[in-house]
Amino acid sequence: MTAPTSLLTPRRGTTGRHVRNRVATVGIWLALFIVLVPLVAVIGSVIVKGASSLSGNFLTQDINKITNGQKLADAFAKVAGKQSTQDGIKPAIVGTLLITGFATLMAVPLGILGGVYLNEYGGKNHFARVLRFLTEVMTGVPSIVMGLFIFSIVVVKTGFSLGWNVSGFAGSLALGCLMLPVVIRATEEMLKLVPNELREASYALGARKSKTIVSVVLPAAAAGIVSGALLAVARAAGETAPLVFVIGITRTTNTNIFSGGNVALSTEIFRNALSYGSYAAARNRAWGEALVLIVIALTFTLLARLVTAMFTRRRAA
Amino acid sequence: MHPTASQTDIVEPVTIDASSGRVENGIHLEVGDPEIFERDDPTRELVFDLERVQILYSGVAAVTDVNLDIASREVTAFIGPSGCGKTTVLRSLNRMHDTTPGAVVEGKILYHGEDLYGPKVDAAEVRRRIGMVFQKPNPFPKSIYDNVAYGPKINGRKRGDLDDLVEQALTRAALWDEVKDKLKRSALALSGGQQQRLCIARAIAVEPDVILMDEPCSALDPIATARIEDLMIELKREFTIVIVTHNMQQASRVADRTAFFTAELNESGKRMGLLVEYDTTNKIFTQPSDPRTEGYITGRFG
Amino acid sequence: MATIAPERPRSRKLSEGPKPPGRERDRVFRWFTFLAALLVLLILALIFVSTVNQSWDWFSTRGLRAVFSSRWNQKVYPRGTANAGQPIPGSGFGAWALIFGTLYTSFVAILLAVPLSVGIALFTTDVGPRWLRNPVGYVVDLLAVVPSVVFGLWGVFVLATPIRNVYQSVADFFAGVPVLDKIFTGNPLLGTSVMTAGLILAIMITPIITSLTREVLATVPIAQKEGALALGATRWEMIRGAIFPHSRSGIVASVMIGLGRAMGETIAVALVIGAAVRVSPALFSPNNTLAAIIAQNFGEAQGIQRSALIGLGVVLFVITLLVNVMARAVLNRGERRLAAGK
Repeated sequence: MTAPTSLLTPRRGTTGRHVRNRVATVGIWLALFIVLVPLVAVIGSVIVKGASSLSGNFLTQDINKITNGQKLADAFAKVAGKQSTQDGIKPAIVGTLLITGFATLMAVPLGILGGVYLNEYGGKNHFARVLRFLTEVMTGVPSIVMGLFIFSIVVVKTGFSLGWNVSGFAGSLALGCLMLPVVIRATEEMLKLVPNELREASYALGARKSKTIVSVVLPAAAAGIVSGALLAVARAAGETAPLVFVIGITRTTNTNIFSGGNVALSTEIFRNALSYGSYAAARNRAWGEALVLIVIALTFTLLARLVTAMFTRRRAA
Repeated sequence: MHPTASQTDIVEPVTIDASSGRVENGIHLEVGDPEIFERDDPTRELVFDLERVQILYSGVAAVTDVNLDIASREVTAFIGPSGCGKTTVLRSLNRMHDTTPGAVVEGKILYHGEDLYGPKVDAAEVRRRIGMVFQKPNPFPKSIYDNVAYGPKINGRKRGDLDDLVEQALTRAALWDEVKDKLKRSALALSGGQQQRLCIARAIAVEPDVILMDEPCSALDPIATARIEDLMIELKREFTIVIVTHNMQQASRVADRTAFFTAELNESGKRMGLLVEYDTTNKIFTQPSDPRTEGYITGRFG
Repeated sequence: MATIAPERPRSRKLSEGPKPPGRERDRVFRWFTFLAALLVLLILALIFVSTVNQSWDWFSTRGLRAVFSSRWNQKVYPRGTANAGQPIPGSGFGAWALIFGTLYTSFVAILLAVPLSVGIALFTTDVGPRWLRNPVGYVVDLLAVVPSVVFGLWGVFVLATPIRNVYQSVADFFAGVPVLDKIFTGNPLLGTSVMTAGLILAIMITPIITSLTREVLATVPIAQKEGALALGATRWEMIRGAIFPHSRSGIVASVMIGLGRAMGETIAVALVIGAAVRVSPALFSPNNTLAAIIAQNFGEAQGIQRSALIGLGVVLFVITLLVNVMARAVLNRGERRLAAGK
């Protein structure tokens, strides 16, 4: 008679099944660590390299022009062991905030209205289904296509185009088009969660549908909608492709979003990395801008999480 | 059968006496006093008059051939097994079905002699006059005060007299003493029974004529249920009340008249609700004329 | 109880007298919401019409060659002719090589991202310790917060130089192996290449595939999972036998949406792919994509080149639209099936 073995303890390693299970579990954990590597690497690089740029008046000065003289000055500064030149990114910060802000002002109210239509009026009718489907599809339209679209219909002077000049507002339009379907979807998802009993309670008091939506349904879904909108803002603030050929360029702060070229952190990073990559000053500037941009995007994301957390806590209470 | 000015006088709060020691440990024992109904039966002031009402969801009849009338300042109960269409009929009385896509109400529903579904009738006005209390307490996620003030506000009451109105409504719903110190707190923090009384206060605040109650106590414990039943008897002085209930004891305790619905298979094999019998509560519970009613109230089916 | 019984206009007829306010507002509000929803249709239509309008020169002068020619650079008149050095009208600007580059980089990205995404999704639904599931979800979502241009910046300034050595050793390893030596090679072998673009894209699309897959996995009925476990299945067997069959189409759709993202991703790719328009399987050498070449060249483009670049946008729009329509159709069908309880 052999030594008694527990019925409940599988004889490990004796069957391929348990080995395979082990391998799969390890593989899944491995996937997690593989994804963490670039996340840590990218954010780490941006913090380390960006922080060294954030000296002096970096956040409050205009953008320097990259010239051959600049290059020479850089070389001297390097020899002298000093910070190369006083440089700034204020126009890009202002531009990003203004352009994203205007996009939000347009896309969020319209997106909420659109979401209200889909969930409160359209429901399951065929037309609403088509629109819902198109909204989902529209979230997949590449951002560069949105840039070309606004260029073709707002900026360019030929064909059927408004023929305005490049401006921050053109950029806002492009970002707004990207945000719109995202806000519609978020709104609709949140409205779906509002219990129908609340709508009926309001109707039963003699409230009309619009009143019910505005006074009962939307407030009940407000936290979710705000959170969704904030996430959309965070994404939009980092977008480059829709802006790069419709907002033009400026080295000084342009607070007039409707006229004159403008500049955003994202387009500045792109320009510095693509064209001036060999100049230390441009490279430093790009890292500094990247840090500021990530901070902005992260702020909006955390705000969104905060709103959701507050909401769920209140619900639970 | 339609009311005239002279008939209004007859319906006086004589019909009820809530203080006659009906509550014993939250359990009501009596059946309504039969004499009252015998006496005022032919001259009741009618609020609703339903003629051959049929209600369909997406073309399929859920309840058919309902004929009944509901008198002013009485409590009328709809009882019957689930799926018999009692809630469906209740919701047709304040045009709640207008908000459900695919729901169609056929036949005639007269409200004070006027077609409730007439072309010139505004559904919002209908619902202001005919309030509703739902199965699950459904206060808005707002403060207690705002819950009650919501109805008057949307119906154009000025901010100035809202405070009094809120107090009045909460008092009439027997909730004022419990909440007067926390009017600004969220209504969701109240207990289930308090929430349901808040919903009643909210309905009262718009000065309705009728209050429809859809199983208002099914989500509540027996004590909270007893309080709401007492409240119904009290509210009968001022309002016409129609209540849907699963609970036959509840119907016998609070209702003056009772309609018994049931569900049967029609020719095409679909379940369909129908009204079996409608009479004074006393009659329904003591000498029902239809064997199906008898079967239900004696617990043989349903 | 107090008997406050205010006067009620009981006898007033329903159809007479003042109505609750807001009847008109109701109708106006409904119209506003409808128009806002309709805006989506309008924008999609306008995108197509306006970009086709602006790229018509390119389509009309090149016909099918616009899409199927792989020659992007224009031919020039030879030396000694009248217009020496001038581009020959009607030549060049074929999109084929760029379509190839787009598909190739996206394919590489998907190949890398899918196992990672599905793995992490499984981690957050079934495999990971409970306390770690939500935090992992947040961390992966954090990847989606990093702007595309920052990934590009990191790729070109940090990753490109050291990774070239890795590519070199891989290329050395595969040298002489038939077929594979055409793929794992570079001519020139550079850090800015198809592989780098694929890597960066994989990082960027992992969050979206993960979160969509999570949603799909969450719909697997617990009963099915427990049923498998109750039969003595190991967790992996449960995943293969209960989870995957139930959610296969949903995962495929999630991957397709990730594919659409990868094909449309512009700025990061523009920075790390180099800039060489060619149909070549070499992973370690520069290439280009539809989106990236637009971003790289649009600033200075004029005339027919600008028209062609907008035309590339139209091609990209159509391709991503098709991919998204298919993916959403699959996802919605799954949802409907779920709603029907089958």
